[in-house]
Amino acid sequence: MNLIHTLVNGEQGLFKPATLTPMQKMTLRFVVLGLLWYGVVLIEGMIMRLYLVKPVVSLVPTDQYYGILTAHPLIGIFGSTYSLVLGAFLFLVPFLMKKPLWSIKLANWTCGLVAGGTLVFWLAGFITHYAPMYTLYWPLPADFTQFSVWGGTFFIVGIAIVMAGAAFFVLNIFATIMYTPEGTPKQPAGALISSALGLSGIRNLFRKDKKEHLVSLPVAAIARGTVDMALNTGVILFTGVLILVYMVAAILGYDLKHSAIDALLYKNWFWWGLDLIADGLVLIFVAGTWYLLATLITGKKLFMENIARAALFVELVVSWTVWSHHLMSDQAQPGILKVVSGEMVTAFELITQGLAFFITLVTLWSARPLKMTNPLKFLLGGLLGFALAVPAGIIQADLGLNRILHNTQWIVGPHVHVAVLVGLTMTLYAAVYYLFPVLTNGAKLWSEKLANFHFWCHLLGGIGMGAFMGMAGLQGMLRRTVYFNGEFFPFMLLAALTGALLLLGFAAFFFNIVMSVGINGVIGIFLPSKLKTKDLLPK
Amino acid sequence: MIVDTSLVLWGQTLAYTLYALAIMSVIGWFGYRVTKKGTGKEFKPALFYVFVGFLVVAGVSLHLVTHATIPWKPMDLDRSGVTADKTFTINIANHTFALPAEKMVIKKGEIARFNVTSDDLTYGFGLFRADNSMLFQMQVLPGYVNDIVWKFESPGVYSIRSTEYSGPKGANMFVKDAVEVTE
Repeated sequence: MNLIHTLVNGEQGLFKPATLTPMQKMTLRFVVLGLLWYGVVLIEGMIMRLYLVKPVVSLVPTDQYYGILTAHPLIGIFGSTYSLVLGAFLFLVPFLMKKPLWSIKLANWTCGLVAGGTLVFWLAGFITHYAPMYTLYWPLPADFTQFSVWGGTFFIVGIAIVMAGAAFFVLNIFATIMYTPEGTPKQPAGALISSALGLSGIRNLFRKDKKEHLVSLPVAAIARGTVDMALNTGVILFTGVLILVYMVAAILGYDLKHSAIDALLYKNWFWWGLDLIADGLVLIFVAGTWYLLATLITGKKLFMENIARAALFVELVVSWTVWSHHLMSDQAQPGILKVVSGEMVTAFELITQGLAFFITLVTLWSARPLKMTNPLKFLLGGLLGFALAVPAGIIQADLGLNRILHNTQWIVGPHVHVAVLVGLTMTLYAAVYYLFPVLTNGAKLWSEKLANFHFWCHLLGGIGMGAFMGMAGLQGMLRRTVYFNGEFFPFMLLAALTGALLLLGFAAFFFNIVMSVGINGVIGIFLPSKLKTKDLLPK
Repeated sequence: MIVDTSLVLWGQTLAYTLYALAIMSVIGWFGYRVTKKGTGKEFKPALFYVFVGFLVVAGVSLHLVTHATIPWKPMDLDRSGVTADKTFTINIANHTFALPAEKMVIKKGEIARFNVTSDDLTYGFGLFRADNSMLFQMQVLPGYVNDIVWKFESPGVYSIRSTEYSGPKGANMFVKDAVEVTE
């Protein structure tokens, strides 16, 4: 009875949605939707893990499997990660700059568009099995002998809706940095944006009288990552429109020539845009979040803060010039691009991410003794994830090794899944655990034991799954390929078992959060706030 | 000693496993020690710069070492200047490999050039051993002649598999024992 009461009303009834400001509600909506999509990603991932242990075609036809495989990373990045990250940053930028968000309404639109767009492309893939993968290698997305043109149209429209939400986020972040709130002294918009983008920091390097930074380091990290988001949003939207032209033509009965688009140029263009996410904003946002968490947990100044700022700027330049490591097995790609962009610039990621790793650890170390709280342990998990995944990526971005690693399970295991699941997701969990009492006005976590269980399941599950996928990859197992004769059975069985740990950990976390805020609390988050204020927190 | 893909992958497995165990131990140790009382000493920036130097050396030296030790890496960068003992022209269309012969035969120690084209989609072209391990692969883009040169150091039989996803039909793109390397 007591359990049911807690399930309905939350731990000790401490969470009261009526006390939330519109800003808190907006942020919590992002978090709830992001976590729900994360649950979908995990269930899909588990279906695929089981399929790779033994493909049961009668239950999941092969084209359905590839439909799931196409939607899976997009839901993970857009539906889940974008929701969590955008929600957190729309709260943190005004919080750190001590002024209201430029537009709460626009932020709520971002939340709705990201979740709605994800639902549209997920449904399109689920119903029609549209499956050109997120890479969309030309002319596969326009191959209507394999895929439904209507399914593809809705799929691309869904992605475009998410991109519209991302564009609104970009506008909101930069406007918040630059604008002057009503009734306050005029703020120097140009100087603020210059500081956020790191231009004033660069000028400082050549100046004797160093000028103080107008925005804090985490805001600078968010602003620089947002530049990459603006660019990749443009690239993805442009590519979507290009594909839609072929789709609309097909619907109207015209068969446009695929050869009108150069497959190599298209691949360069699209990877340049995609890498602004994978090797751009993810790494920059993560570094910024590490710095923020380290300073919040310790209450101390960041170690080598000026270098950290400069490294963020270097990372921005790296993210614009690093894409060619995805084309090392493309023989038509010029060798100079493979060596300079593919090998050398990519190696810089070891340096920039290594610096962030070192600076965060030293900042934490300087504040010993620290209590091993949930944010701290998940932060350490996130640091470990990138410490494992970045070197794995540097290895595969070598011309000699890429010849035998490209498109194997190595790429998607020790690199992609360890980076995303262990590195990125554990960093986000650290932020969620830290912000939970702030955003809920002091609600209490239902069970610390479940939080601990969540940590260990996620850490061991993420590293274990990545490791067994990697071992299969080193034995020649390709990604995006179904093996029907049990060729890699032992590795896939172990990957499925460790993958199940991830699902178990998430179930524990989700139950813990629902028990903490109650079902009534979750519903209350989505009801309009009765407080008419632009303040972040109630007074 | 012949440096082939098996040896390189074995070396990579060993090196990465050792690294992974080491970094997990470091974080585990850090997690334990960070909860204990500190000495109060400031961390010296010099150590930071040493670490940066180490990262630079590690990042760059990996590529220099592989360039000097992995034979197919410099050969690939300069493949237009390589004279092949045999050239095989392969076309792919509608998820099907069109091979020049039922079995492509090469002598041990010979260099072969594979020119692969696609009439429709982006595919992959990879050679695999009987135990499914990979010998090499490349991407096959429509509108280009995608070529790779390879020196076959030991006898064996290899199957061809498309290594790039090209839709659900692509999972069947497998030609068993298509390449034979003889003594």
